[in-house]
Amino acid sequence: MPILKVTDLKVYFNVRKKFFWSKNNADTVKAVDGISLDLNEGETIGIVGESGCGKSTLGRAILNLIKPTDGQVLWMGKNLANLEKNEMRNLRKDLQIIFQDPLASLNPRMTVGQIITEPLKTFFPNLSKAERRERVEEIMLKVGLSPHQINRYPHEFSGGQCQRIGIARSMILQPKLLVCDEPVSALDVSIQAQILNLLMDLQKETNISLIFISHDLGVVRHISHKIAVLYLGRVAEIAENEDLYKNPKHPYTQALISAVPIPDPDLEQKKQRMIIKGDLPSPLNPPSGCRFRTRCPKAQEICAEVIPVLEQISPTHIVACHFWREP
Amino acid sequence: MRSTQKIDRKKPSTVGKASRDANALLTVQGLNVQFKIREGIVKAANDINFQIQKGECIGIVGESGSGKSQVFMSIMGLLANNGKAKGSVKFFDKEILGMPVDQLNDIRGSHISMIFQDPMTSLNPYMTIGKQLTEVLHAHKTMSNKEATDTALEMLDHVRIPEAERRFHMYPHEFSGGMRQRVMIAMALLCSPELLIADEPTTALDVTVQAQVIDLIKNLRTELNTSIIMITHDLGVVAGLCDRVLVMYAGRIVESGPVRDIFYTPQHPYTKCLLKAMPRIDEGRTDKLETIPGRPPNLMKLPHGCSFEPRCPYKMPICKEIRPELLPISDTRAKACHLTEI
Repeated sequence: MPILKVTDLKVYFNVRKKFFWSKNNADTVKAVDGISLDLNEGETIGIVGESGCGKSTLGRAILNLIKPTDGQVLWMGKNLANLEKNEMRNLRKDLQIIFQDPLASLNPRMTVGQIITEPLKTFFPNLSKAERRERVEEIMLKVGLSPHQINRYPHEFSGGQCQRIGIARSMILQPKLLVCDEPVSALDVSIQAQILNLLMDLQKETNISLIFISHDLGVVRHISHKIAVLYLGRVAEIAENEDLYKNPKHPYTQALISAVPIPDPDLEQKKQRMIIKGDLPSPLNPPSGCRFRTRCPKAQEICAEVIPVLEQISPTHIVACHFWREP
Repeated sequence: MRSTQKIDRKKPSTVGKASRDANALLTVQGLNVQFKIREGIVKAANDINFQIQKGECIGIVGESGSGKSQVFMSIMGLLANNGKAKGSVKFFDKEILGMPVDQLNDIRGSHISMIFQDPMTSLNPYMTIGKQLTEVLHAHKTMSNKEATDTALEMLDHVRIPEAERRFHMYPHEFSGGMRQRVMIAMALLCSPELLIADEPTTALDVTVQAQVIDLIKNLRTELNTSIIMITHDLGVVAGLCDRVLVMYAGRIVESGPVRDIFYTPQHPYTKCLLKAMPRIDEGRTDKLETIPGRPPNLMKLPHGCSFEPRCPYKMPICKEIRPELLPISDTRAKACHLTEI
């Protein structure tokens, strides 16, 4: 039984038309358009795609930080959209998030101690000051900060350490799900490795489930058990880690994987790169049928007419392409 | 560069140093870049020596704050007001460091040009692409409007911008990120410069677009025979594109050599650690990435000895005392480390 079940989730945004005399005053961006996935306890799902594919919106909609337009998010059998405010608030301690820009997500006027204590104060108001302090110090040690830094301010820390503070703040409530929205994109390679290791260690220790959103396929491959590839708000392919990288079926996945440069001169210079043409189409006006068809090397007439459904090609591998059988 | 003399580790490096070489395009010697701020002096680049040959493609690799960008900003005379560069930078035989701006303007844009990470902020939002492109030509060459337009259109075709004639009259905001970067590349190559400096040109782009742009740079390199300096933090980009690599850490070059040597037999602990710390797409879910503990040093208070010593897994007592110099370890390679072998 999966701990989290997302069914046909849709998030639409209304955007105002360019000119006020335009007849129809609003346009719709379908940021997330019918995404389904599930996640087990202690599992990591990687969400990859280019900018504008809806991966961050998906992460936020799962946490009910953005109200979904349609579809449901079942958390341990409970539909998050139907919960009362109080219930939702209580659940928040299980559902946490960390963001891309570590410094921007911390209040510059609060000390590290205050930042990490705040969730405890809201959710466990009965804890004594000493108990709180003890827990804060414990979590600081766990994420690799030293407790004597407790009275410092965020600007005194480097990007990697700020990300550790963010992780400490979310982990202090012992959540069951952590959404990581591009947590290492702003960090240097050597620091990025430290944060990835930390997340994996925390997962081993607490059996937390992770939703790991990233545009970096190397990072996602390293940390995820299974991976969902998104394109313009829809799922292109979901598969187990090894399966997806060794045996990608969707042309978009194939193109993404071949586009990532490998730090190995011989492999990289010999590699036959599958270069897809053009840029991401505007999400305001996505192509009909399969959304990838305008850039797809396999596209045929049917792709413009029929939206490909997600086909189960093995128990752990689904793909949405009319021509996945063809090599 | 490729000296035939016997290698002597005691002599300062001739690899990258200025042994006179007919093919040398750019010779940098003892370049220091410093910034004065209220709190003190930031040493962004210290004693940088290297040479670039005609037609060569060099990768400059380093993390943020390693000084990789500032070295080239100083070469182009683009340092911030509080920055100061010392040393010598020779383009062919001409000293260009500290050259008066009007003379420098004859060189930059026409002989050396540079592209930056964020194409939107490098383009003028009030001018059409066409106007910006022809402006370059009018500034550096005497050309009629017609000629300039033709040259610019040809260059847009060269960087594979479809429907160049229509887009010629469009504004930067009407282009996507990848297209803007192509326009920047076109603009940089208009006067067929001998040297193109690319500062993280693909970092702001999506992977599929990054692949297109890298492919483009690769093709242009063979078509136009331009030397390229690729400044990046992405080792993968360097692997596919460059002939030679300089690795920078805390404002110094710590290792230099041909790309295959650097990737397959890294000799400096930093290079070695960096390669291992990168999660690779061709390697599956592993237990742990090897990390480099700690973080880069404060450039205002650089350690007395080796800057990498506090984080180095191979450190020895001597590393704290004496800063290792960049010395040759073979005809083509050099490293700044006390260890003879790792």
